[in-house]
Amino acid sequence: MHLTTRDVKKVASLAKLAFSESELAHLTQQLGDIVHFVEQLAEVDTDGILEMTHPLDIHSALRADQVNACLPRKDALANSPNSDGEFFLVPPVLGK
Amino acid sequence: MSVPYQVVIGLEVHVQLSTQSKLFCGCPTVFGAESNTQVCPVCLGLPGALPVMNQRAIELAIQTGLALNCEIASVTKWDRKNYFYPDLPKGYQISQFDQPICGEGHLDFPDPENEGESLRVRLIRAHLEEDAGKSMHDEAAGKADSRIDLNRTGTPLLEIVSYPDLRSAVAAKAYLTELRLLLTYLGVSDCNMQEGSLRVDANVNLHIEHNGKTIATPIVEIKNLNSFRAVERALEYESKRQFSQWQQTGAVMGDSPKQTRGWDDAAGVTLPQREKEESADYRYFPDPDLIPLQITDAQLQRAQSAVGETPLMVRRRLQRDHELKAYDADVIASQGRAMVSYFDEALTKGASAKRLSSWMQQDVMRTLNENNWTITEFPIAANKLASLLVAIDDGQLDNSRGKNVFQYFLDRPASDLEEAIKSLGIASVDQAELEQLCRELLAENPKIVAQVKEGNVKGLGALIGPAKKRNPNIDPNLVRTICQQLIDTEF
Repeated sequence: MHLTTRDVKKVASLAKLAFSESELAHLTQQLGDIVHFVEQLAEVDTDGILEMTHPLDIHSALRADQVNACLPRKDALANSPNSDGEFFLVPPVLGK
Repeated sequence: MSVPYQVVIGLEVHVQLSTQSKLFCGCPTVFGAESNTQVCPVCLGLPGALPVMNQRAIELAIQTGLALNCEIASVTKWDRKNYFYPDLPKGYQISQFDQPICGEGHLDFPDPENEGESLRVRLIRAHLEEDAGKSMHDEAAGKADSRIDLNRTGTPLLEIVSYPDLRSAVAAKAYLTELRLLLTYLGVSDCNMQEGSLRVDANVNLHIEHNGKTIATPIVEIKNLNSFRAVERALEYESKRQFSQWQQTGAVMGDSPKQTRGWDDAAGVTLPQREKEESADYRYFPDPDLIPLQITDAQLQRAQSAVGETPLMVRRRLQRDHELKAYDADVIASQGRAMVSYFDEALTKGASAKRLSSWMQQDVMRTLNENNWTITEFPIAANKLASLLVAIDDGQLDNSRGKNVFQYFLDRPASDLEEAIKSLGIASVDQAELEQLCRELLAENPKIVAQVKEGNVKGLGALIGPAKKRNPNIDPNLVRTICQQLIDTEF
C-alpha cells in the first residue's frame, strides 16, 4: 500500500489536525514508513489459521451489575481546561 | 387520499437498558443527578482506565433479542467508533460493528388499519453500545461556551435497527408502540422518552411510479423525534416534502449522500442538519481493551425463561382461551404487564372473562384515569373485584347495584362483598313486590302508559329513576319487562 498526501490530509482532517504543506510531505513519508513496516506481517503464511479479534486467548470477562463510588465532582472537572464547577465548558458548538 | 408514491421507512431505536451501573464501569445510571457526579476514570476516558463489561446488560440484551426473534451470536465483540464531539470524552464510542450481540429478527404488531390483522417488521440487528454525554448549547446567541454533563456517558444502550419494511407513518407509530410495550413487558427498559430512555431515528424515502419505472428518492434520516406522535408527524411531513422536492429537482437516490434532517416539533417541519459521514469515516476497529464475549447455551436458556409472555402471546391467549374479541384482548394487553396480571388473577378467582373484560375497560380504567393511578395503585384487589362479578353472574345482585358495590369498595378499601351488600341494603326483590311497585308507577304515569301503547317503548326508561327511589334493589331490566307486560294486560 502506497500512502499519498491526500490520504494523510484525510486522516488529519478526521483527527481535526491542520498541517502546512511541508509538514504534510514530512508526515506522508513518516506514516508511509510505519505502514510499510507493519506490512511485513503480510509475508507470514496464515492459510488455515482462524482470525482472532484479540491477541489474548481468553473471553467473557464480566462484572456484576453493582454501583461503585464515583469521583468527587471537583476531581472529575480538575483536568478540564475550562469548567464552572458544575459542567465542563467547551467553545460554542453549533449543531452536531 | 391516494398518492402516486410508496413511502419506505426503516427505524433505528435506541433503548436504555435498566441496569444499576453503566456498561463498562460501576457508576450509577440514575436519571436527573447533579451534573458530573456520576462519573469515574473509565467513563471520563482518563488514561489507563480499563472498561469491564456489565453482565446484566448482556443478559437484558439477550432477553430482548430473543423476544424480537433475533439470532443470538455465539461470539460477539466490541469495536471503537471514532468521532470527535465534546460529549464523547474518549474520542470514540464503544459499540459493535460486524459481530452484534443480536442478529436478524422480526416483530409482529397489530395492523393499525385492519383490526385483528398484524404486520411484520424484519430486524437487521440489535447491538450494544455506550451512550454519550449531554451537551447544552447557548442556543440564543451561540456565543457562550457549551456546557457538558458526562453523567450519561457509558450508559448501556441497545440499538434496534429495522429493515425498511414500514409503508406508512401510522404503521411506524404502531411498530414503535408494540416495541415499547414489549420492552416494558420484559422489564429491560423503562422506555421513558422524556428522559431519553427510548430514542428514535427514522430513515425514509419514496418509491415513485414514473413512466413505467420505479424511482427512489434520496434517503433522509430524521433525528430529534421526541415522541411517537412526533415520529408520525415528521414522517408525514417528510414524505410530502420529498415528493415536492423530486417534482422540482428530479433528484434520485445516489445523486447526493444521505442527508440528516432534524424535526422541529413546534414548526412542524424537518430542517437540514450536517451531511452524513460515510461509514468508513468512523474507522471502526476492534477495541483492544475488551475481549470477545461467548454466549453459552445455558445463558440462552436462562434468558429464554426470563422472557415470559409477550404482548402478542397475551392477545392470542385471551382470544383463544377466554373468547375475547381481538379488540378487547388488545386493550387489556396494551395496558401493560401489571394489568394483565390483575386480569389473570381475577380470572382464577372465578370472574367470567367477558364480564371482567367489560368492567376492566369501563369502570376500572375510568377510575384509574380519573385518579391518575396505575393498576398497582388501584385500591380494589383482583380477588375482590372477582367476588363482585361472580355475585352478579349468580344473580345475587344486578349490574347497576354492582356499580354501587364497586363505589363502596373504592370508598372503603378494607371492606368486602358481604359488608358492602349488607351496608347498601342489597336484597333480592320479591316478584310480587316488584309487580306491585310497577303497577303503582304505571297508575301514577298515564302519559307514559299512553306513549308505550302508541309503540314508544323508550318511554319506560323514565320510570326507572322513580322505581329506584322506591326500592334501590330493583333490577331496571326486570322493571321494563314487567311494566310492558302490565300495560299489555291491565292498562
